[in-house]
Amino acid sequence: MSLKPDILVVGGGNAALCAAITAREADASVLVLESAPKPYRGGNSRHTRNFRCMHDGPKGVLVGSYGEEEYFTDLLEVTAGKTNESLARMTILESEHCYQWMEEHGVRFQSALSGTLSLSKSNAFFLGGGRALVNAYYRTATDLGVEIAYNAEVTHLDHDNSSIQYVEADVDGQRVRISPRAVVVASGGFQANLDWLADAWGPVARNFLVRGTPYNRGIVLRDLLNQGMESVGDPTQCHAVAIDGRAPKYDGGIVTRLDCVPFSIVVNKKAKRFYDEGEDVWPKRYAIWGRLVAAQPDQVAYAIIDAKSLDIFMPSVFPPTTADSIEGLGQQLGLPTQALCQTINEFNAACGDGVFHPNEPDRLGTDGISPPKTNWARPITEPPFYGYELRPGVTFTYLGLRVDETARVQRATKPVDNLWAAGEIMAGSILGQGYLAGFGMTIGTVFGRIAGKGASSYVN
Amino acid sequence: MSTDLFEDARRQIEICNACRYCEGYCSVFPAITRERVFTDGDITQLANLCHNCRGCYYACPYVEPHEFALNIPGVLADVRQESWQRFAWPTGLARLFDRSGVVIAGVLVLAIAFIFVMAQALRPASGDGFYAHISHGLMVTIFIPAFVFPLITMGISVRRYWFAVGAVGWPSWKHFKAALSSAVLMKNLSGGHGDGCNFEDEDRFTHMRKWFHHATFYGFMLCFASTCSGAVMHYFFDMPAPYGFLSVPKFLGIPGGVLLCLGTAGLAWLKTRSDPKLGAHAIWGSEMAFVALLFLVSATGLGLYAATETILVPGLLALHLGSVLALFVLLPYSKMVHGFYRLAALLRDEAIMEAKVRN
Repeated sequence: MSLKPDILVVGGGNAALCAAITAREADASVLVLESAPKPYRGGNSRHTRNFRCMHDGPKGVLVGSYGEEEYFTDLLEVTAGKTNESLARMTILESEHCYQWMEEHGVRFQSALSGTLSLSKSNAFFLGGGRALVNAYYRTATDLGVEIAYNAEVTHLDHDNSSIQYVEADVDGQRVRISPRAVVVASGGFQANLDWLADAWGPVARNFLVRGTPYNRGIVLRDLLNQGMESVGDPTQCHAVAIDGRAPKYDGGIVTRLDCVPFSIVVNKKAKRFYDEGEDVWPKRYAIWGRLVAAQPDQVAYAIIDAKSLDIFMPSVFPPTTADSIEGLGQQLGLPTQALCQTINEFNAACGDGVFHPNEPDRLGTDGISPPKTNWARPITEPPFYGYELRPGVTFTYLGLRVDETARVQRATKPVDNLWAAGEIMAGSILGQGYLAGFGMTIGTVFGRIAGKGASSYVN
Repeated sequence: MSTDLFEDARRQIEICNACRYCEGYCSVFPAITRERVFTDGDITQLANLCHNCRGCYYACPYVEPHEFALNIPGVLADVRQESWQRFAWPTGLARLFDRSGVVIAGVLVLAIAFIFVMAQALRPASGDGFYAHISHGLMVTIFIPAFVFPLITMGISVRRYWFAVGAVGWPSWKHFKAALSSAVLMKNLSGGHGDGCNFEDEDRFTHMRKWFHHATFYGFMLCFASTCSGAVMHYFFDMPAPYGFLSVPKFLGIPGGVLLCLGTAGLAWLKTRSDPKLGAHAIWGSEMAFVALLFLVSATGLGLYAATETILVPGLLALHLGSVLALFVLLPYSKMVHGFYRLAALLRDEAIMEAKVRN
């Protein structure tokens, strides 16, 4: 392993590889340090499925048009204004050029997946998903001569008031010191670091499931913040959704999502409802349910449906708990059966008449119960009855490094001479709150390429 | 039927159905998304639809060491293998699949010895070329049944498959055309993006497997056409063998033999470089033995032509005819059946697709 590369890239996901490839194509020697072992390489990128792309007219797999203003309006809506407009607009404009660059570097696209038609205009799906994208970039990087080390965890970047002097890392258990001329940090957020999450959320955070890689522990982020780099994003917030409670502690990915909530009633351990399950269509509401479940005893909840609702949402990763009676279902789920029967009876009695439309708010609401269910409220009467355990699943964190339009990491007075950041570690600069499908990959690709270009210009 | 195998396949397919990232690779994943509940028949159908291109395996974030331990190409290969045993006729002979590596070798030796002994015992008084060693009548007596028997048994087996996967009645001509076009072009080995499949070099896409398979398949068909053309010339034009270089049988047979040699050698080489756990690893050896048998058929056929009028002819003739005989006898109990089931699965898929669109 070369200890004096022109450019060291810290991280091994989408943003890191875009930076490494761009820098190598500009003739710099590049070393990539990926903290995960090879089968788990790629950070959270391996769980992604698409990127959000501005385009004027049909483009590849994308239908229609998705212009700058519509894109920016969508971003404003989810972030409630917590964004940096100039960085955001630059990212949006640049996303249009990413499509071709990605194809040229081995990524292949496919039409929007079944069940995701609403994204066919705005999001280009990777054929085979994020791991296929990551594989393509690793092949391209290897062919170009980028050096890659796995099981290589960077522990410290030494900063001397103007630049990074050297970098310390554990590579296959060996302590090494690397002296690159420039560094790109693209090592993700800290969502797999439950201790850090617990600092912000309290001890309940230890009950959270982490949807992505267990390797995003925020070690580099913490190290740089400790040395006075400017931060951006709310340190106490993370994006969490309600996922299948039987999912693995880490790395459950896309399959653990559950889309049944709008057609269900959701109860906590005491078999009590706690929020309007039918507030809006699921894509607009699923993000708040992570928080809602996190606030319940033991951070667990149960979505309950009956036979007539089973086939109207995406299949779950594990078969649901099934019983022919509410009592039986309550026993299997470990819920107080009497309380559960009472909750369901009250709910059923409060359901009104109307026409049920699963794909749009149908105003089929309840009357006289609190909290109400304002759409898709159909009595739960038809056996078999099904139950899904829900737990909060953390997707990503918001706290990151502040960067400028050249992806340079900032200190209070001026940018660091030879340090660039890309991907989740700086995404809070643009996505300060909420979540926009495929936007993380767009930020990673755009800023990865900018960082790779900036770093290679610096060393040349 | 192995319950554990089907349970594991079902568990894996249900995880795929909650993900769907692989939808664009091949016909298997769109077929999965059309269902919610998977019967054993559905799983058998998916297994025979799978061309083992392995794109999904290398793209999957849930393969080992992940606790979900998905291996769709592997589990579907095992189900496929199990289904061929289950549908084989006569049922008792299905066990040949398990030991077909040994069986292929054994049958081969017996077939060669048989041809050799018959040739010695019934040596013709006169005749040109091969017929100086084995009479035309004897060859026909041996090979007509050897050719008809596999066709009958395969017909019975595919019929069993057809009903087991939920089909009713005959397939339509429209579906047959679509399935045949998919099969002869091996569209499912294109990876959806046209870059090919993953096989011999981890996640790198190449067309090697498709080209070697094409060489094998079209080489075999050319050899078969060569034999048929010889029969037509013999019976209808009174032009018995041997045929010269500028003749229809040689015009078809020589390129056919060369393609078959190249194709089988290439497939065997690729197989040594691929990850055995993504296929039916229990029968890796017997699959290899079968490829070797096909190679032997084509190599001895070419050798026989090259050795025309030399003292090598009697020995090579026994070797060649013996290997052809072994190939045909073993056909219903060897890897060769995959083509028949694959076509049936593609046909079934066309019908399901149309039925779902109509609803």
